[in-house]
Amino acid sequence: MSERILKPGVVAPDFRLKATPDQSVALADFRGRPVILALYPADWSPVCSDQMAVYNELLDEFHQHDAQLLGISVDGVWCHLAFASNRKLRFPLLADFEPKGAAARSFGAYDNENGVCERALFVIDREGTITWSHLSPIGINPGADGILEALERLRGSSLAEVRP
Amino acid sequence: MSRLRPPVHEGDHIAGDPSAPVVLVEYGDYECPFCGRAHGVVEALQQTLAERLCFVFRHFPLATVHPHAALAAEAAEAAGAQGRFWQMHNLLYENQTALEPADLIGYASMMQLDVDAFVDDLRTHRFLEKVRADLHSGALSGVNGTPTFFINGLRHDGAWDFDSLFGAITGAAAPEMHERG
Repeated sequence: MSERILKPGVVAPDFRLKATPDQSVALADFRGRPVILALYPADWSPVCSDQMAVYNELLDEFHQHDAQLLGISVDGVWCHLAFASNRKLRFPLLADFEPKGAAARSFGAYDNENGVCERALFVIDREGTITWSHLSPIGINPGADGILEALERLRGSSLAEVRP
Repeated sequence: MSRLRPPVHEGDHIAGDPSAPVVLVEYGDYECPFCGRAHGVVEALQQTLAERLCFVFRHFPLATVHPHAALAAEAAEAAGAQGRFWQMHNLLYENQTALEPADLIGYASMMQLDVDAFVDDLRTHRFLEKVRADLHSGALSGVNGTPTFFINGLRHDGAWDFDSLFGAITGAAAPEMHERG
């Protein structure tokens, strides 16, 4: 564990990263919706145990909360495209490629020793504040349980605001 | 720590006594080669631990990367509706590269199921919702790949070869295993 990841209550630092060779995405673009950031070390882990392949099957669960999932690693945009196409991923993979790992660093989730993103998750509310974060031990994929619990709490709190 | 949600219930496929010292739950995918290997490990554990182990299987088809997995899961459920879930479950894992609809119907026929009812169940996707409910429970439980195992309700994060799983199982239920063993 190289750095300490940003904790709930902190405003998520904005970033703009390439999603395709000619398209970039900023965190601020999703203001008004919950955002799930899934930072991970590298594309191309074995398919059955691949965190992104598992999340891809669970997109409906995230969409029920109106949440947008963004995958982030230091892999370049062409690598992401090949990986997403191979695994038929239906959510954006962002390239934290240049300057390398800058977005991950701003979330305290960069592994300096190995030069990759930590396996870290952030759930960000509609206003851009981190409401849940999680750093996985090396070698252990986080499932979606923590994400779904955080989204459930967000839904609970937004319902409370709407009530007269 | 990721926990099984919901806990083992009547709608599950349960091999053994749910009050056994160890309840092992697997989320699996019939087209996943790792699950195919894990199937042999589970069978060996069942033989070794006998009535001390209760095994429960839930579906977690990675349908995007395994295009045959969802229908295979439905086929297991359709066989289950005729009281033969585990036999179909075993056949599917023993024939992971032959999971086309015609293959599934062939297995049903080989098992002397009511093939018309079986085909009808697949055609109408009668059990798709059940499979999806398992997937949903897997999401809530922190399933992070296939296979994912839960030992007495807690996700097993280590390796799942025989020795690793056996060690984790006996560790989880050490006192009771000795009492009964």
